[in-house]
Amino acid sequence: MAASACARSPEFALLIFELSQPGRAAAAQLPDAGASASSIPPEHLRSEPPDLPQVSELDVVRHYTRLSQRNYAIDTQFYPLGSCTMKYNPRACNAAALLEPFLALHPQALDETGQGFLACMYELQEMLAAITGMAGVSLAPMAGAQGELAGVAMIRAYHDARGDAARREILVPDAAHGTNPATATMCGYTVREIRTGPDGDVDIGALAQAVGPHTAGLMLTNPSTLGVFERGIEEIERIVHAAGGLLYYDGANLNAILGRIRPGDMGFDVLHLNLHKTFSTPHGGGGPGAGPVAAAEHLVSFLPLPTVGRAGEAYRLLGADDCPRSIGPLSAHMGQAGVLLRAYVYARMLGSEGARRVADFATLNANYLMTELRNAGFELAYPQRRASHEFIVTLKRLKERTGVSAMDVAKRLLDKGFYAPTTYFPLLVPECLLIEPTETESMQTLDRFVAAMQDILHEAETDPQCLKSAPHTTPVRRLDEVKAARELDLAWRR
Amino acid sequence: MPFIPHTEADIRAMLASIGVDSIDALFSEVPQRLRAGDHGGLPPGMPEADIMRLMRSRAGACEPYRNFIGAGAYEHHIPAAVWQIATRGEFYSSYTPYQAEASQGTLQVLYEYQSMMTALTALDVTNASLYDGASALAEAVLMAVRAHKSSRRVLMPASVHPAYRRTVRTIVRNQGIELIDVAYDPERGHVDTASLDRLENDDIAALVVPQPNFFGVLEPVDRLTDWAHAHGALALALVNPLAIALLKPPGKWGANGADIAVGDGQPLGIPLSAGGPYYGFMACRKDLVRQMPGRVVGRTVDLDGKPGFTLTLQAREQHIRRSKATSNICTNQGLMVTASTIHMALLGAEGLRRTAAECHAGLMHLLGNLSAVPGVKRRFSGPVFHEAVLDCAAPVEDLLRALRAQGILGGLGLKRHYPELATGLLVCVTETKNECDLLELAGQVLRIMGEGRTSAAAERTIAH
Repeated sequence: MAASACARSPEFALLIFELSQPGRAAAAQLPDAGASASSIPPEHLRSEPPDLPQVSELDVVRHYTRLSQRNYAIDTQFYPLGSCTMKYNPRACNAAALLEPFLALHPQALDETGQGFLACMYELQEMLAAITGMAGVSLAPMAGAQGELAGVAMIRAYHDARGDAARREILVPDAAHGTNPATATMCGYTVREIRTGPDGDVDIGALAQAVGPHTAGLMLTNPSTLGVFERGIEEIERIVHAAGGLLYYDGANLNAILGRIRPGDMGFDVLHLNLHKTFSTPHGGGGPGAGPVAAAEHLVSFLPLPTVGRAGEAYRLLGADDCPRSIGPLSAHMGQAGVLLRAYVYARMLGSEGARRVADFATLNANYLMTELRNAGFELAYPQRRASHEFIVTLKRLKERTGVSAMDVAKRLLDKGFYAPTTYFPLLVPECLLIEPTETESMQTLDRFVAAMQDILHEAETDPQCLKSAPHTTPVRRLDEVKAARELDLAWRR
Repeated sequence: MPFIPHTEADIRAMLASIGVDSIDALFSEVPQRLRAGDHGGLPPGMPEADIMRLMRSRAGACEPYRNFIGAGAYEHHIPAAVWQIATRGEFYSSYTPYQAEASQGTLQVLYEYQSMMTALTALDVTNASLYDGASALAEAVLMAVRAHKSSRRVLMPASVHPAYRRTVRTIVRNQGIELIDVAYDPERGHVDTASLDRLENDDIAALVVPQPNFFGVLEPVDRLTDWAHAHGALALALVNPLAIALLKPPGKWGANGADIAVGDGQPLGIPLSAGGPYYGFMACRKDLVRQMPGRVVGRTVDLDGKPGFTLTLQAREQHIRRSKATSNICTNQGLMVTASTIHMALLGAEGLRRTAAECHAGLMHLLGNLSAVPGVKRRFSGPVFHEAVLDCAAPVEDLLRALRAQGILGGLGLKRHYPELATGLLVCVTETKNECDLLELAGQVLRIMGEGRTSAAAERTIAH
């Protein structure tokens, strides 16, 4: 089987620029040539047109349709990318967000012309507050990382408002996403890492030693990036709060507990949600995401702007005049409004019962897949633990034995028709695959994935070269990343 | 239950494999107190037919208007092909191209986007996009400070979009960066260059140069760029990407060109959509590329020497550098950029230039019509692109309300953002407005202003 899969597709795509012919155009899209710019002083005008492609409408449609076919996507493949929650993005959410009246809404006239839209946003705020157990929500942040920025800026604003200026350090577990320390730095904090114990939980002793009057807060993902629930969460909460710090919840893994366990009940003061994960808005090839923040009562006044308020039956955007303690806006307008609409539709389709089942079946799928892979001969990073919605396989010993790395296994999975799990994250676990199946995959799909992984394990023992040179069936083979970084080619030039 | 495919038989088989008797048992590591109770808090779930009915009714509560508001979000024609292709599942439901071999579609689109954006801005390199124009400006400010090394002071003209200025403040405020206001010339409506020369401390990291500025007025970009460079500062262009298909691009400003250009890509194929999602673009000189935040796609070759695309320069990014990263940003606006790339390919340089010219001509036409209306005059004398500030003798909010009653969004009142421009109305014309629309707006303004001021006789005159 390995030999036939090693056959390669010869096709490769031209750039749209290489399809260009001087004088060709998508004529139906061109306005009349008659408009005059003669009232613009000549020193302001462009002297040479930008070198954009000159192509027909069919050229464009065919080119980008064909490019789309050079992608793996949830709609075409199982996509077990750990920590990214690649679950089915319901088409109804997209259809609703693309209703013409929503698309036509001007962001500077929402109070006057967008009541139907604002009603959805207000209800989304309420639903997100309820499901996280927090007092208030702002939909403003445009991605998880911006939600983090907002949340940590709120922590700083809270301490500053109390005159507690000595708190200059943010604690981050060493297993955390890289965004956590990067965000803390952007908020002017220094970062101290807290180590993880051998069982995957935060080392409580190390935490207790690290906290003090300099502690602004702790950023924590729970379940953690190691795919396990922090069993000591109640003690962590006591330690940080007793030291006067605040607790930030990174909602990256909220899918694991949605509708079952609330971050508010764990004692978190502020959090962000990744709507493109937990609320199934599309990842779009890398954005747009959306990262609303939710806050406990004592931090609500610092939430970023705008938020949506209601007076009687009328909704309106609240700004700095209404919320003088806010950390301010994070975008020019209403954040990722269209993404928020999709999340609203998704939340309404789920309802409470559906939300709870998200957590249940994400957890069931992860634990089933973990069990089956262990039975197939894969080594688990935390075999003594339950999986949350994801889990880690380590290929350290496989690599020592056969030379086959986590990267090789990931690439070979592409040949077998699966997107690869997250590789080499978290950094703590050598040669790791972080695998998140999500609740929308069936047992039969998971079984096919296990069978593919079993094949790969067999190939590692019998034909490791096939793995090291994988993938073999994708439009291109492994790319020279060193060349890409050294001989930068970031734009086509004639 | 929606989107969960498991049959009862599947569930039994899976639990048996795991060796537990219920799904609840899988949560055994969670402290009991946290597992208690029903934590949903959502209304009952709805099937697709019901939610679509609800959403159509919510959409119906958003009435259509003839829109003359710009202020950072512009109504333009978007070819039908743009979003039909962008929402193909292969684009819509893929993610960050970490596995480049399985993501060549997304990566090539991003490379083509970068190529188009460098051509448009006439700068060397761009990233694969940021969240929106305002946050891109914030990232540019941070980047300029990193690149400059000695100064943390950035000049921020009052003619920059007020929401952009506020956003920048939110994002950079905790990093010890000083944002210094620069006044606008009250007659011409662009940066008061004399006030720049009066600055005492000239240790400046960057000067932000908007083109066109928030008032629609064209800034003296050559002079401002050269001023920045003469004072050892970076020139940081903030541009409307459609406008620069017609106007001089940032890379050609002054003697040496702007150093960094940012803006909001919305005018290039993104619907107004209540304010988002849009995307921010960022372009810069080649020697600044390692200070640039965000994802970047490069062209390289595969094992067989065949061309292919991959994320590159990742050593700047948070997943590698953690607390020392150039930014915490770890995404771009992939889907919006996909749409925008298709849009730019369809319009081409000529289509974009004609669109920009038509916007400008439409505005000039409207201003001509309005010049006949008593009590309305242009506030600033500087040349404009497709927006202008009107000075109105009647209270602006009353005028706008009366226009809304006629199905017209007449512009943005400036009082909230600029108390000294309380009588100012920022009005925008794009190619979506034809001559009838322009006449209608001018006629309604004439009628309403007349009602406010004089007699029914005037109204009868205007009715013709």
